[in-house]
Amino acid sequence: MTDDTQARIAEAVNGNEVLLFMKGSPLFPQCGFSSRAVAILDHLGVEYGSVDVLQDQAIRQGIKQFSDWPTIPQLYVKGEFVGGSDIMMEMYETGELAELMQKSGVAQKAA
Amino acid sequence: MPMAADEIAGLIKAGIPDATVEITDLAGDGDHYAAKVVSESFRGIPRVRQHQKVYEALGGRMGGVLHALQLTTAVP
Repeated sequence: MTDDTQARIAEAVNGNEVLLFMKGSPLFPQCGFSSRAVAILDHLGVEYGSVDVLQDQAIRQGIKQFSDWPTIPQLYVKGEFVGGSDIMMEMYETGELAELMQKSGVAQKAA
Repeated sequence: MPMAADEIAGLIKAGIPDATVEITDLAGDGDHYAAKVVSESFRGIPRVRQHQKVYEALGGRMGGVLHALQLTTAVP
C-alpha cells in the first residue's frame, strides 16, 4: 500500500463521523454483507458517508491493511474502527450500536 | 477453491487451542459458512479483537479463499 492510499483512507475516516467502506453504494449495494450494513445504519437513522471500494482498487486493498481487517464492509465511527457486518449485526441486536452512536454524538438523519 | 468445514475448524483450533468451534454450512455449497467460536481467551477484549484473533488463526484465507464466513464469538 502506498502512503498516498493510506493518507486518502485516513482523510476519509477523519472527515466523516460515520463512514462505511462497502461494495456498491447505499442505494445499490453490490454484496449481501454490504447490503446488511446499509440496512443497519438506515434503521439507526444516522447520517453516514460511504466509500465504494469497487470504484478504487487501491482503497479496496489498502483498507484491509489500514484496519487489519480482511473483509468489506467496514464501519468507522468518529475515526474508530467498529468492525464488519457480523459485529454490526451483533451490536445492533444488543442495542450496543445505537448506544455507541448516541454516546459519540453522531448526527441523526432529519425525519 | 472452497474450503471444507473441518479445515476451517482445524485452523481456528490450531490458532486458538481452547476454542470450541461450531461450523454451519449456510448454503450447502461448501462456500458460505457460519462459525461460532467460544474461547476463554476472548474475555475482556473488544469484539473487533476477538474476530481479529479468529482471522489471524485463518492465516489470511479470510477475504480470499474464504469469502463468506459469518462469525460469532463468545466467552464461555
